[in-house]
Amino acid sequence: MADILVVAELAEGKVKKATLSAITFAKQCQPALGGGFSVLLIGAGAKAAAAEVAGYGAAQILVCDDASLANYVAEQYAPTVAEAARGFGLVVATATSFGKDLLPRVAARLDAAFAGDCSGVSGASGKLVFKRPMYAGNAFGYATLSTAIQCATARQSEFAPAEPSGGSSPVKELAKVAPGAAASRVEFVSLEQVKSERPELTEAGVVVAGGRALKGRFSEVMEPFAEAFGAALGASRAACDAGYAPGDYQVGQTGKIVAPSLYIAIGISGAIQHVAGMKGSKTIVAINKDAEAPIFQIADYGLVADLFQAVPELTAAVKAHKAAG
Amino acid sequence: MKILVALKRVADPDNANKVKIPASGDKVETAGLEWKLNPFDDYALEAALRLTENGKNPKARVGEVVVVTLGPKECETQLRSALATGADRAIRVEATDEALDGRLVAHALRAIVAEEKPDLVVMGKQAVDGDNNQVGQALAELLDWPMATFAATIEEEAAGSVLVGREVDGGVCTLRLKPPAVITVDLRIVAPASVYSKHTDKAHKYADGVRFAALPAIMAAKKKPLAVKTLAEVTGGATPTASYAKFELPPARKAGIKVKDVAELVQRLATEAKVL
Repeated sequence: MADILVVAELAEGKVKKATLSAITFAKQCQPALGGGFSVLLIGAGAKAAAAEVAGYGAAQILVCDDASLANYVAEQYAPTVAEAARGFGLVVATATSFGKDLLPRVAARLDAAFAGDCSGVSGASGKLVFKRPMYAGNAFGYATLSTAIQCATARQSEFAPAEPSGGSSPVKELAKVAPGAAASRVEFVSLEQVKSERPELTEAGVVVAGGRALKGRFSEVMEPFAEAFGAALGASRAACDAGYAPGDYQVGQTGKIVAPSLYIAIGISGAIQHVAGMKGSKTIVAINKDAEAPIFQIADYGLVADLFQAVPELTAAVKAHKAAG
Repeated sequence: MKILVALKRVADPDNANKVKIPASGDKVETAGLEWKLNPFDDYALEAALRLTENGKNPKARVGEVVVVTLGPKECETQLRSALATGADRAIRVEATDEALDGRLVAHALRAIVAEEKPDLVVMGKQAVDGDNNQVGQALAELLDWPMATFAATIEEEAAGSVLVGREVDGGVCTLRLKPPAVITVDLRIVAPASVYSKHTDKAHKYADGVRFAALPAIMAAKKKPLAVKTLAEVTGGATPTASYAKFELPPARKAGIKVKDVAELVQRLATEAKVL
């Protein structure tokens, strides 16, 4: 029997919604391990946030609240997370940029094997099998880890946020573990958040994404389009690579993984690594002037058209449709 | 500045011959696929070259770039091409992919770092075959070095520190690291104004993307030093702790229909898919 530690992610003193996907992942790992799970909240203001995750069935909420943890820096966090993990059989987090940065570092500190960006989990009698998208989305691999403690991150789009199950988990405070030499040689300078009225890419119900075909007119064409749908804005790797869209817009195996109810691909050819990042979407629409583009092989609705005409037309049509209610 | 760049060759994921899985499902069939340098590692090499030169005179190294890989002899193709683009020396650790996992690679790189004593280790944020995204972070922890993952910009400061802009969810996080340190790079690191050594004028703009080797450099690269080590030398005989018993192809998504115009699309989205 082994217990699971879920490492929560905090932003401005609040638990990020991504954490609820890690709780779902932990609950799916539970039957095979036969134990319970606890949640670790680490960061300045963690104590006040404990109530937010107290109703999900955790055995304990572990809290490390320290002013020196106001800004996330892996070198400051990892020693405390690793110390808190002792006694647990599995440490999990959601594969956000926070989880992807922190968990492998924690794993190395624990000499634990690591499975990143898992899209599923199965197993029995103490053994877990992690399902992982690999080869740029061309294959799934089923991984088993053989270290005493294991670490894994969960792909957010594959694990629905956990629902509260009632009750109130007890809270236990932990002292921060003094960081090593690494921490004295890293300084947090700034976190510049892109201010946007649009929803976050990984949490949006509708995502519209543009490809290289938009050229320098990416913003001009895509922003009003996203606005009409109330959608988050994404881009293909080619569009990001070419500098038409910011890097954090990238949807794909090596960028953001999204699974909205509606995904609209504009001028995106449909390279496998892009498809790996959006094929979990419920409805996929593609607009491309090349009728042979691979994106049409996975789209529910395809429109072969010049995007510079079709997108403004669709923007207007959707606005009119919504106005008509 | 001395920089160690960790490279991995991968089966080209964009290649038209897609990854195949045999009926036994116990491996990914990579025979017949084209091998290439992991794209993120290619970007890491470009970043390392930019950090060890004056951008106005990229043929002269100011510092040293050592490239290292773990793999079979055929990987020397990728090492030689890295030497041709400007790296000074190469190290290959004899191994097969099956004998490795991320944890072992991090341990092996720690041993190489102990020997080479670089100021920076630079590598791609992830290899596009295993897609685990773990080695840079694990190496930094094993060395007790600071790290900056998902780097989009690197600027060497006069005092010797490096300012790194990291691509994080919803924005850019900037860290200042005092070397020695580990940096893993994201795709924007090869944009024209992403990387500046302290020798390069801030007004300088690089050509977008990675540089290519000229023919004389390809010839000269054949004479550059390439050392070979055994895996046991750098891992002390440790064995992998992550293994894959099964692989499968992702389920195919069926193609839908083509609509004739925007009006039909809106009508179907509203009444059929019910997403408007």
